[in-house]
Amino acid sequence: MHTFESKNKSRELKEKAIKIALITASTISILTTFGILFSILFEALAFFELRSFWYFLTGTEWSPGIVGSKFGAVPIFAGTIMITFIAMAVAIPIGLGSAIYMSEYASHTTRDYLKPILEILAGIPTVVYGFFAAITVAPFIVKAAAWFGLEASFNSALASGIVMGIMIIPVISSLSDDVIRAVPDSQRKASLGLGMTQGETIRNIVLPSALPGIISATLLGFSKAIGETMIVVMAAGLRPNLSINPLEDMTTVTVRIVDALVGDQAFNSPGTLSAFALGLALFIITLCLNIVSLMLIRKFKEKYKVNTL
Amino acid sequence: MNKKDRNNNNPFYDPSLNARHRSSKRFKTFTLSSLIFSIAFLAFFLFDIISKGSPAFEQAYINIPVTYNEKTIKNTRTAIDKKYRKIISRAWLRGLPKLAEANPEFMGKTIDTWVLADDQVDQYLKGHYHKLKRKDRALIDNMKTHGKVELKFNEIFFLNGDSKIPEFAGLNSAIVGSIFTLLITMAFAFPIGVMTAIYLEEFAEDNKFTQIIEVNINNLAAIPSILFGLLGLAIFINLFGLPRSSPLVGGLTLALMTLPIIIVSSRAALRSVPDSIRQAAYGLGLTKIEVTRDHVLPLAFPGILTGSIIGLAQAMGETAPLIIIGMIAFIPDAPGSIMEAATVMPAQLFTWAGMPERMYIEKTAAGIMVLLTILISLNAIAIYLRKKFEVKW
Repeated sequence: MHTFESKNKSRELKEKAIKIALITASTISILTTFGILFSILFEALAFFELRSFWYFLTGTEWSPGIVGSKFGAVPIFAGTIMITFIAMAVAIPIGLGSAIYMSEYASHTTRDYLKPILEILAGIPTVVYGFFAAITVAPFIVKAAAWFGLEASFNSALASGIVMGIMIIPVISSLSDDVIRAVPDSQRKASLGLGMTQGETIRNIVLPSALPGIISATLLGFSKAIGETMIVVMAAGLRPNLSINPLEDMTTVTVRIVDALVGDQAFNSPGTLSAFALGLALFIITLCLNIVSLMLIRKFKEKYKVNTL
Repeated sequence: MNKKDRNNNNPFYDPSLNARHRSSKRFKTFTLSSLIFSIAFLAFFLFDIISKGSPAFEQAYINIPVTYNEKTIKNTRTAIDKKYRKIISRAWLRGLPKLAEANPEFMGKTIDTWVLADDQVDQYLKGHYHKLKRKDRALIDNMKTHGKVELKFNEIFFLNGDSKIPEFAGLNSAIVGSIFTLLITMAFAFPIGVMTAIYLEEFAEDNKFTQIIEVNINNLAAIPSILFGLLGLAIFINLFGLPRSSPLVGGLTLALMTLPIIIVSSRAALRSVPDSIRQAAYGLGLTKIEVTRDHVLPLAFPGILTGSIIGLAQAMGETAPLIIIGMIAFIPDAPGSIMEAATVMPAQLFTWAGMPERMYIEKTAAGIMVLLTILISLNAIAIYLRKKFEVKW
């Protein structure tokens, strides 16, 4: 009997070593996630030992000074939600509209030119968007509001929200475009054959089929908007402000994280540690959004048996 | 028979058909206009940045008599006539002793020299907002008619580091900082990313461990970048004690962020190598490692490289996590090693954007033009490589 085992012991050892190295490399991505989770969690727990967890969630006053500091995060969450909603109000219609045009109406060659152009929007660094929001858009909004007899802040939520929305357009359009094109052509042909117009086919047949993927893209955009830092640091305010007027200045979770950590306070003061409590909230929210988004896209893939997404 | 009658005789006639077609058309117009909006925004944005930034590539210089002798080198203010003091750069005066040292033949003479102008003069000449007094303005106007004031190419912008004096500030230290940081990033992210991709694509069985890694990588790609900054601060700086603001910490933090991009693109590249290649190699008696190393990896390499360049471009524009780990310090000189405090290009732009002087705004926009040029070139190289080495199986 012959055995097919290698006689070369040193080669076998070497191959084993390489395999172990490959596995080690793969675990680094897991270590990173746990690193992020635990580094934030421990510091956040240290914060909640000093300050009330309940007041953090329900308090409406945030003043991280040295004396008499208060850490009620409601106005910060409210500002984040306000700016995120403005961003989504810009990004969803425009992103989805662009995706529908590219996948349903445009010819192949047009699409080949259009998609990279939209992807340039995704490649622009956020600090550049922040500069644009602060220097060009915010003064414009102040002027436009004055024209309507309204008063707008130079750090208005509207300015950073609009620019953030533009930044998210490619996130939504790119994934939605892929999803819409993955809807089988037979569905379109059947619908057109029954006498529906092209617009009706898209709205009643194609979009409902692609809906899980589109929702997934939207959630991904949502999570990006919540975690976006540079635009709001440069263009939104620093003052925690509980208001529903988008022309006022508001602050966000990410702005307060940056503000708490670039200061000169001692690392284990509540002011600095509050950044980690906010970071934990950010981590949990974006993680949930990402997981739901991934689940939806997997469902869509299974339904239409596509592997290209 | 007119149109209406014909429709009435048609059993399939739908009286709402015209309205339905109009609605279909409206829908198409809406989708097209949203696309046009995106592109129009991009055009406006680029136009805005270029029109704000391009003046910064020129810098005002004035030609005035400068006296070089022992006394003026000690007290540089006396080297020039009193009336010029307000309109030349303080930073230039500070460099006067060095200039005299480099040109010993100047000593004891008064020579007409092109001198760096104050930022207010520069802004005045470019027609921007300025705070020049009327007297100085008249002086500049008069010198201009004699050809003693000129806008020259602004090499300071590329050769100098950051400065508190606006006309003397440049991108150099930030560019060097960016290069150091990105070298660290790629030194870690590239091998680890490619190895992970090889393991997942070629070796891993479909078990729980593999699934966890996969879900985890997808997740990591979507975690807000600022949280990576918190990780860098808590682990690399507080736990490992690495120096704050250093390219080493910045590079490691960015490496963790770039990893998912490299892994995903490398996996796609490995997957596109057809199985027949692997089977042929096995058939000749090669081991799995040999097959992967000598046959699969070389074929997948262009794709891996393309993905890595795109990851590099993303890391280059990243600011938020680097602010958290302190890379926004004031860095006038380029760092000499990866352990020294440094800043990177986008962080430098962030600092400048927050400065009150008008000239920094111009420099920020010019810096953005430089940064975008580099990013677009990197992406163009990636696309070129993909097109050039793309193999159709």
